[in-house]
Amino acid sequence: MSGDDRNRRPGDSKVHRAKRGKNLAILAALVAFIVIVYFVAIVRMGG
Amino acid sequence: MVDATVSLDQEIDAKGRVQDYIALLKPRVMSLVVFSGLAGLLVAPGTLHPLIMAVAVLCIAIGAGAAGAINMWYDRDIDAVMQRTRGRPIVQGRVAAPEALAFGVVLSLFSVMLMGLAVNWTAAALLALANAFYVFVYTIWLKRRTPQNIVIGGAAGAFPPMIGWAAVTGGVSLESLVLFLLIFLWTPPHFWALALYRSDDYQRAGVPMMPIVAGAESTKRQMLLYTLVLLPVAVLPSFLGTAGWIYGGAALGLGGLFVLCALRVMRDETHRAAKQMFAFSILYLFLLFALLILDRAPGLLSGSLLA
Repeated sequence: MSGDDRNRRPGDSKVHRAKRGKNLAILAALVAFIVIVYFVAIVRMGG
Repeated sequence: MVDATVSLDQEIDAKGRVQDYIALLKPRVMSLVVFSGLAGLLVAPGTLHPLIMAVAVLCIAIGAGAAGAINMWYDRDIDAVMQRTRGRPIVQGRVAAPEALAFGVVLSLFSVMLMGLAVNWTAAALLALANAFYVFVYTIWLKRRTPQNIVIGGAAGAFPPMIGWAAVTGGVSLESLVLFLLIFLWTPPHFWALALYRSDDYQRAGVPMMPIVAGAESTKRQMLLYTLVLLPVAVLPSFLGTAGWIYGGAALGLGGLFVLCALRVMRDETHRAAKQMFAFSILYLFLLFALLILDRAPGLLSGSLLA
C-alpha cells in the first residue's frame, strides 16, 4: 500500500474509485434500459 | 494455481475503469457501423417511429461493440505482439479476459433480444447473424488461417445497412443486398491498404494477411480489381430507386477517386499511397452513405433540384 492510499479514508482507494465508477455505469445502463423498455412498450401498444 | 488465477483476474478486474470497457467496444469501428446502419434505416421504404429507430441504431451499435469485445478476448495473444493493438485493455491488464468475454456475450445477447422485442425479429436475426459471423467465421476460423480472411469476414461488417433496412421493412430485398455488397467489396481494398504498411505487425503476429502471403504486388492488383468492381456497384442504388442521381453521380466520382488511389498504390514503392488510400477509403464510405441519406430524404438534394 502506498503512502497516498494510507492517508485516505476506507473506501477511497484507487481500486474503490474504479469499482464505484463501474457500479455507477451499470446503474446508468440499467436505468436507461428500464426507460427504453417503458417508452418502447408505450409506442408499440399505441401502434 | 486456480486460486492464483482467480485472484489475479479479480485484481485486474478491480483496475478496470469505465473507459476500458468502452474501449472494448471499439468505438471508432462502431461509428462507421452505426452510420451505415442508420443509412439503411433512412433509405428503406416505409416509416418507423423515431424512438423505435433510435432503439434499432442503439442495438446495432451495442451488437457491433459486443462482437468487438469478444474479438479482443479471442485475439488477446496476437494483440499483445502487434504495435497497433498492444494498448488494448486486456493486453494492458486493465480488464480480465473472462470479464471481457462475459461483457461481450451479455451485450450481444442483450442487443439481439432488444432488437427483436422492440423492432422486429428479422432485424434481430440479421444482427445475431452478423455477430456470429464476426466472432466464429472471421475471428475464430478465418483470421489466422487464410489471406482471404477479410474478404469473407468482411461480410460481417457489411450487415448493418441490411439490418437497418430490415428494421423498417421487416425483410431483405435486392436493394438492401446491394448496400451489403457495397461494404463487402469496399472491405478488401480498405484493409489491404492498412495491411500493406502494417505488414511487419501482422507478420510478427502470424496473421496471414494478403501482402504477407501473396506479396505486395499481387495485393495491389487485387485492390485495384475490387475498386473497379465496386465502382458500378456503388451506382446501383440510383438504378434501383434507393437513391437519386445526385448520389449516383457522386458515387461515380468517388469511385473514380478510389480507383485512382489504387493505381497510385500500384506505382508507389513506399507506404505513402497505401496510407492515403486507407484514409480515403474511410472518407469514401462515409461520404457515400451520407449522400445516400441526403439524396433519399425528400426535398433535400434531387428532390429540391427537380422541383
